[in-house]
Amino acid sequence: MGVIILLLIASISVAGLFLGAFIWSVKTGQYDDENAPSVRILFEDKPKS
Amino acid sequence: MKQGPVIPSTELACFHCGEPCRARDIVIEDKHFCCEGCRLVYDILNQNGMCTYYDLNKNPGQSQKVTVRKDKFLFLDDTSIQQSLISFKNAKQTHITFYLPQMHCSSCLWLLEQLYRLNEGVVSCKVNFERKEADIIFDHTKISLREVAELLTGIGYEPYISYNDMGKKKKVIDRKKIFRLGVAGFCFANIMLMSFPEYLGIDDKEENLLLFFRYLNLFLSLPVFFYSAGEFYSSAWNALKQRFLNIDAPIVLAIWVTFARSLYEVFTATGSGYFDSMTGIVFFMLAGRVLQDRTHRQLNFDRDYTSYFPVAVTRIKEEGNTTVTLPDIQLNDTLLIHHQELIPADGIITRGRALIDYSFVTGESLPVAKEMGEIVYAGGKQVGGNIEILVIKEVAQSYLTRLWNKDVFNQSSQTESSFVHGLSRWFTWVVFSIALLAGLYWTVVDTSRSWNAITAVLIIACPCALLLSNTFTNGNILRRLARNQFYLRHATVIEKMASIDTIVFDKTGTLTAGTDMEVVYDGKPLSGLLKQKIATLAAQSTHPLSKGIAAWAGTPLPNPFLAFEEKPGKGIEGMIDGDLITLGSALFITGKPQQDDTSTVYLAVEGQLLGRFRFRNHYRQSVPMLLRRLQKHFRLAIVSGDNNGELPYLRKLLGPLAALHFHQQPEDKLNVLQHMQQDGHRVLMIGDGLNDSGALKQADVGIAITDNSNNFTPASDAIIEASALPKLYELIRLCKLNQKIVMTAFVISILYNIIGLYFAVQGTLSPMIAAILMPCSSISILLITFGLSNLAARRLKLS
Repeated sequence: MGVIILLLIASISVAGLFLGAFIWSVKTGQYDDENAPSVRILFEDKPKS
Repeated sequence: MKQGPVIPSTELACFHCGEPCRARDIVIEDKHFCCEGCRLVYDILNQNGMCTYYDLNKNPGQSQKVTVRKDKFLFLDDTSIQQSLISFKNAKQTHITFYLPQMHCSSCLWLLEQLYRLNEGVVSCKVNFERKEADIIFDHTKISLREVAELLTGIGYEPYISYNDMGKKKKVIDRKKIFRLGVAGFCFANIMLMSFPEYLGIDDKEENLLLFFRYLNLFLSLPVFFYSAGEFYSSAWNALKQRFLNIDAPIVLAIWVTFARSLYEVFTATGSGYFDSMTGIVFFMLAGRVLQDRTHRQLNFDRDYTSYFPVAVTRIKEEGNTTVTLPDIQLNDTLLIHHQELIPADGIITRGRALIDYSFVTGESLPVAKEMGEIVYAGGKQVGGNIEILVIKEVAQSYLTRLWNKDVFNQSSQTESSFVHGLSRWFTWVVFSIALLAGLYWTVVDTSRSWNAITAVLIIACPCALLLSNTFTNGNILRRLARNQFYLRHATVIEKMASIDTIVFDKTGTLTAGTDMEVVYDGKPLSGLLKQKIATLAAQSTHPLSKGIAAWAGTPLPNPFLAFEEKPGKGIEGMIDGDLITLGSALFITGKPQQDDTSTVYLAVEGQLLGRFRFRNHYRQSVPMLLRRLQKHFRLAIVSGDNNGELPYLRKLLGPLAALHFHQQPEDKLNVLQHMQQDGHRVLMIGDGLNDSGALKQADVGIAITDNSNNFTPASDAIIEASALPKLYELIRLCKLNQKIVMTAFVISILYNIIGLYFAVQGTLSPMIAAILMPCSSISILLITFGLSNLAARRLKLS
């Protein structure tokens, strides 16, 4: 039984990590412009930032 | 006799913008350009080794034929204006966001993000393609704000800065729904996982583990109940406050009943509760809402005159010219208005000859000539030389801006009533009756199960299916419409679109394309030499009709012997190589006033009337086809601010029943629509200019039409690109089909509910059955709505 609880904690915390990553990615505006990044990646020289 | 624009015999496309080159001598190496402006842009890019711009796309530029006045951005040197535009500033850096409407392809993106290579003062430039904005960071010790704007203008991306941008805070995108969806998804998936042991029948010996799973589920459902479902609480509460029962009210009830019963079961250790179904339904419903509300962030549906007006103008004072912001303009100020500049306030012309293009403000298709001492109204655009005006009314009081003080603009939008809400109310009553009947039955037969049955019925039969089919269908239809360049402000517009029976068009800029005119000559045939002479004479005047004739008649004589006199308001007369040619109004040439209202210029040679030039609006292609199709299904009408010169032609196009209104002031347009609505019609209005703003607002559905060249659209419910106008009928049909699709999906999903009810009324609804039925019904709704709306779009031949 101890094993199951350990596994559960592990699985939920991994899932929680993904939830955190999702919230972070939305907050930093990564979905604000869905058009530009797909084009930008194809340019040879990266813009200076 | 009809003649289009002169097209060179062999096509030579401009290397920069791809437009045909009329001049052939603007060349660098082997590359041809249509104008000096385009060549200049190429030159800048070439010198900086940035010709990748031209490799990424063919002819990526925008035509530079209309040059930007040299000191147009002088006002950006003013610190108070700077303050109101920039978003951040420290000792070294300034951050600013410019709106660059010319942005359209990957080349633009590349070039703008390489801006730092053109000037070392620019630190970085990041483009938001959807919004056509560039966030620029620059070092203000090396380059000023004005120079940044001029740098952008120099490469063909002139920033659009309007009065509306001043002091405006950056719009914060509301991301609450997305977060709520994320949290609901996380909890739903984990609860499902935790529930499996119970579904599969966990060993009785492991009772501790069973309890552990149940409490874990309870814990995981808390964020969904208190945070994610908040979306429905607030919406239901807002509607209730306005004494309106919307679809969210029964949903909230179902969520609460489910949660309460689940809590009861877990705490009394009688069952595992329905946490999985509850979180699942909240997740799916939120997904539908997010999909439906994914509005078009790059488009602005709320523009008023302030986004059309400039930030500042030049004020003439004794001590010299200064830049003044619009709110600071006072009575009796003298303003200097340059070529292509807007008149910001009503005034009297004190110097110069004005030729004012009111097409956007009043719908008149031809610029109006005004002499010194005459009044000009705000919103007109001066074409030609500089003029000076004396302000007689402040900006907020002027003729044009007064329209925005009307009631229509101050009404808050009424409660959105949709057929879905009505249906849900009816549905709720049915559910309540079933719950009550089941409850009564069990009180008589077996009291212990009555509570069980009532709650189970309420859980199963919440109108979630209706909400789901509605939001998913709406979302999908919105995406379909957007793919056809028709962008709705909100999903409720679909339903309004479906109910209309009358379509009202504006003429100038909506049915006609811009201010282009078609010249038609009728009269005695003209010899080639005479045509050249006419061209020579017409080219002497800046009057728009003269210019039109000059363009029609072709190349002027190379070295004419010329003497001419222009008579304002009458015409122009001149001796060209020995021929006396007169062009002008009917009264001036024939001595008799003109019978009709059309724009006509008469031609006489040596006092003999030869013929006349008639000017016709240039209608958008396929407009005749569209109108002929629409009149079979809708009442049509035209409200135009222009003269009735086009009446016969429009009558032919729209049929005998259509109401045609001309000479309409902005307020008249609004009233015409109001009358139609009072007669019980549901009106769709399509317009483009500021003069249509009132009518667009008053209409049941107001659609603003836009050409790419025009970056201003008045406030409206929807924006349509001119290229999509021919498909208007199909787009309306698709909106009409929306309701049918919602109903189909709803009826099918009800079948699942009936299976659930079968168990529920017996008081034997197990969590597992609920957990199977719920996603099944949600997913089938999803498939049905997507399938049907895509099928409908394909049937209507929409992309």
